[in-house]
Amino acid sequence: MKRLFNHPDLRAGVSDMAAVAPGIAAWGLMTGVAMVKSGMSLIEVLLMAILVFAGSSQLAALPLIVAGAPMWVILATAFCVNLRFMVFSAHLRPYVMHQSLWKRMANGYLMADLNYVLFTKRFPHPGTDPAVIEAQEAYWIGNCATGWVSWVGASLLGIALANSIPLSWGLGFAGILALLGIMCSLASTRLRAVSAGIAGAAAVATFALPLKLNILVAIAAAVAVCLLLEKPSPASPAAPAAGTGDAT
Amino acid sequence: MNQTDLWTVVTIIGMALMTVVTRSFFFLSSKPWTLPGWAQRGLHYAPIAALAAVIVPEMVMTQGHFIATWKDARLFAVAAGTAWYYWRHGVLGTILAGMAVYLPLHMGLGW
Repeated sequence: MKRLFNHPDLRAGVSDMAAVAPGIAAWGLMTGVAMVKSGMSLIEVLLMAILVFAGSSQLAALPLIVAGAPMWVILATAFCVNLRFMVFSAHLRPYVMHQSLWKRMANGYLMADLNYVLFTKRFPHPGTDPAVIEAQEAYWIGNCATGWVSWVGASLLGIALANSIPLSWGLGFAGILALLGIMCSLASTRLRAVSAGIAGAAAVATFALPLKLNILVAIAAAVAVCLLLEKPSPASPAAPAAGTGDAT
Repeated sequence: MNQTDLWTVVTIIGMALMTVVTRSFFFLSSKPWTLPGWAQRGLHYAPIAALAAVIVPEMVMTQGHFIATWKDARLFAVAAGTAWYYWRHGVLGTILAGMAVYLPLHMGLGW
């Protein structure tokens, strides 16, 4: 454990996240303000800020909680709004399966969008030798811890300052700009840029879907189009168009 | 401030469990299986797609509708942020440049 904390990749994980932390913090701040303004009690707001750790699901749940919606409706909403993380967990599975179940669940719990994005950018392939696996674990810890502290710390600050920061200032837009910067840094190949374009357009076109399912539809559409546009890999015969047909 | 309601507290704890369940969904079973090759290739396009899917509607839509005016502070902020990124390659600068354009337009002019 100590070795992990002195690992240079831990510092890399911290500094990659620190670069976007102001955006995440601005977002967390405004989520804290929104939670207080919703009319929940202080204890409820603090519990949500510390435990739930999922901005979009918190914001989706607020009006439902205040309106007294049944618990299963609120939990189903939280589940659906988080569906994109199931895709991320499928992607990261080979990176974590050497760990114990509890550790895998803890690592999953801490995974916000940017942790997944920054991690897969730095480590496009799962580690096979112990040194790389250790570097990946160290990076993940540093990256997630920094993200957690900026998000939760800023949420608590927002709860404290809720009456002096109006939502109308729109400070939360800094979070969008943080994701925009990361998106630009990922758009390094033509197909990746295509993926962003398709996903953005699809998310707007299907925005009317409930429970933020437009995000899931957009990811699926972008991945499918990119697979179709990919040049067939040398290993596979050129004839079948890449679709679901060559699944096996 | 309002009364704390036990039912709401339980709901919040349930939401935290939903966070764990969705984010570690495919970590839970330890049965050996791997994704088919096409899916593994496809997932390389997922991170950027997820980012675009989250942010683009926040840039060009208001109350669920595509914006009908160019007088929207977000458009200029996005342009400024993107320009900064391709000029200097820093995410922090992207945030600061974008907000430096966004806040005056949004709070000053009400765009």
